[in-house]
Amino acid sequence: MVTSGLAAGAGGGTALGWNIGEDIRQLLAPHFMVNAFRAGTIVAVVAGAIGWFMVLRRQSFAGHTLAVVSFPGAAGAILLGISATAGYFAASIAAALVIAVVPRSPGGRGYSSESAVIGTVQAFALACGALFVSLYGGFLNGLTNLLFGTFLGVSDGQVTILLIVAAAALAVLAGIARPLFFATVDPDVARARGVPARLVSTVFLLLLGCAAAEVSQITGALLVFALLVMPAAAAQQLTARPGLSFVITIALGLAIAWLGLAVAYFSVYPVGFYVTTFGFTAYVASAIIRAAAARLARGRGLRQAVAA
Amino acid sequence: MPAEHDHAAGSVAATAGSAKLAGRPPASRPAVRFDRAEARLGGRTIWSDVTLNVAPGEFVAILGPNGVGKSTLVKAALGLVPLVSGTAVVLGRAPGQAGREIGYLPQRRSFDAGLRVRGIDVVSLGADGERWGVPFPGGGRLFASRRAARQRVNEVIELVGATGFAGQPIGRVSGGEQQRLLIAQALVRRPRLLILDEPLDSLDLPSQAGVAALVSRVCEEDGVTVLLVAHDVNPILSYLDRVAYIAQGGAVSGTPSEVITSETLSALYGTPIEVLRTSDGRLVVVGQPEAPARHTDRHADGAALPW
Repeated sequence: MVTSGLAAGAGGGTALGWNIGEDIRQLLAPHFMVNAFRAGTIVAVVAGAIGWFMVLRRQSFAGHTLAVVSFPGAAGAILLGISATAGYFAASIAAALVIAVVPRSPGGRGYSSESAVIGTVQAFALACGALFVSLYGGFLNGLTNLLFGTFLGVSDGQVTILLIVAAAALAVLAGIARPLFFATVDPDVARARGVPARLVSTVFLLLLGCAAAEVSQITGALLVFALLVMPAAAAQQLTARPGLSFVITIALGLAIAWLGLAVAYFSVYPVGFYVTTFGFTAYVASAIIRAAAARLARGRGLRQAVAA
Repeated sequence: MPAEHDHAAGSVAATAGSAKLAGRPPASRPAVRFDRAEARLGGRTIWSDVTLNVAPGEFVAILGPNGVGKSTLVKAALGLVPLVSGTAVVLGRAPGQAGREIGYLPQRRSFDAGLRVRGIDVVSLGADGERWGVPFPGGGRLFASRRAARQRVNEVIELVGATGFAGQPIGRVSGGEQQRLLIAQALVRRPRLLILDEPLDSLDLPSQAGVAALVSRVCEEDGVTVLLVAHDVNPILSYLDRVAYIAQGGAVSGTPSEVITSETLSALYGTPIEVLRTSDGRLVVVGQPEAPARHTDRHADGAALPW
């Protein structure tokens, strides 16, 4: 993690060959890589599931802010000499509560007031993070890791914490999934049917805080969207079937995380870059597929019209 | 002229229609009954002394200019707005107590064009959307209840004529098509009472006619009581059993031929209104103070509501 001094050694002594079995053996030989894959898998699943709802609810800005807020959380925790993991979660969950209690304009969904508040919180959080880093003094390498991610030195204990938080978050999400979907797609009728919209959206923001804090620990605070937005956005491009796009989201998230970690291991560049690049590729590819499918369908409709 | 108006007193007795019908033997308990009801929002009396009886299976329109509280009346029936005086009974219970038996379509809501959720998914939410938990994918193969629910969803989609476009993302279909899907959503649970708030608003004329005919068919074939809010009576006039006009402070209700007369409407609106009879016997209302420019009034009014 952040405190790891192994960064320089990551690329040393490893070489990518054509024997895939040998490559995978090499990849999983060091214990820190096994832990990196465990953490990456947990984070990809929880980020995919919660990110799917976030994209549908158009709360990406809130998600980004909750991740950015985790940066001062972690920096502050290191400064105080406590676990960075605790700092990530504490900051993101506190920020989620702040966003949740801000009164929204009645009637509408109040995007404008919400986004102004979120932007304010985000800017202040970044400034605090910068202060904590300079107060701590001279851990520039740590700063890069906090912002752009690292997969080195994920401890067994950290994997356990990630797993427990992820399992709890997914359990709660499963509990509120259907009313949350209802309140997202059709808020007026959901309210009339007795869905406690305020409660459901507050719980969701807390879940989003957990997910953002988890992802931040792998991709860094600034690149959480690689796992939180990109898989869900790509999957929702590909299909309008909720169940199917949810499954594709999880699958894409896992593929992006695993590929990113594997390539980063054989390279000297940061894991955040690779994870984000694969996510970006998936999104662009799905946008192209969707456009092509739409064009194909239009063409077919046109030909049928001409034939008729 | 059956209705007596007293604008100076700020309230209109709405009992004229029901008084006439009192001579008729009551078919059964009314589906919806308001008795001298009064509603206030933000300290302002929206309407008072509203008396309305809707018999089971009737198609009733709630009419009136924008901003007089038509939606408030609907929300009072749903139990979302409390009455400050008078009583209301909906399906034999207090408002808000008959939830599952009421299908409600709120005032026009549009779906974001980018929303990647199919029409059929929105309709399915009408069946079990508020239930906690997660809909288990493929549950239809395992559970008979899920299979029945899915079948019911397909049935209502066919009923409203939405089979052709229910598989498309709901933001991509036209306003009239969305409205059909939303009516299907309101019908999934076989409600005894269907409450539609401005379902014809901002639809083009053919869509208005299509949706009006659909609602009338549902009312007749399935015996569903329909309460429909509109500001223009003409597209639905030929289907209606009863109309209730709300104007400044009060209401008048009765059969269309009783209430829809030049005298009553002119007095209600305080502006000259003509009711004409076409060669095939249909009524046409001309001269309602109902310009599209005033739509903003209603939305401003809605924004002041506490939710």
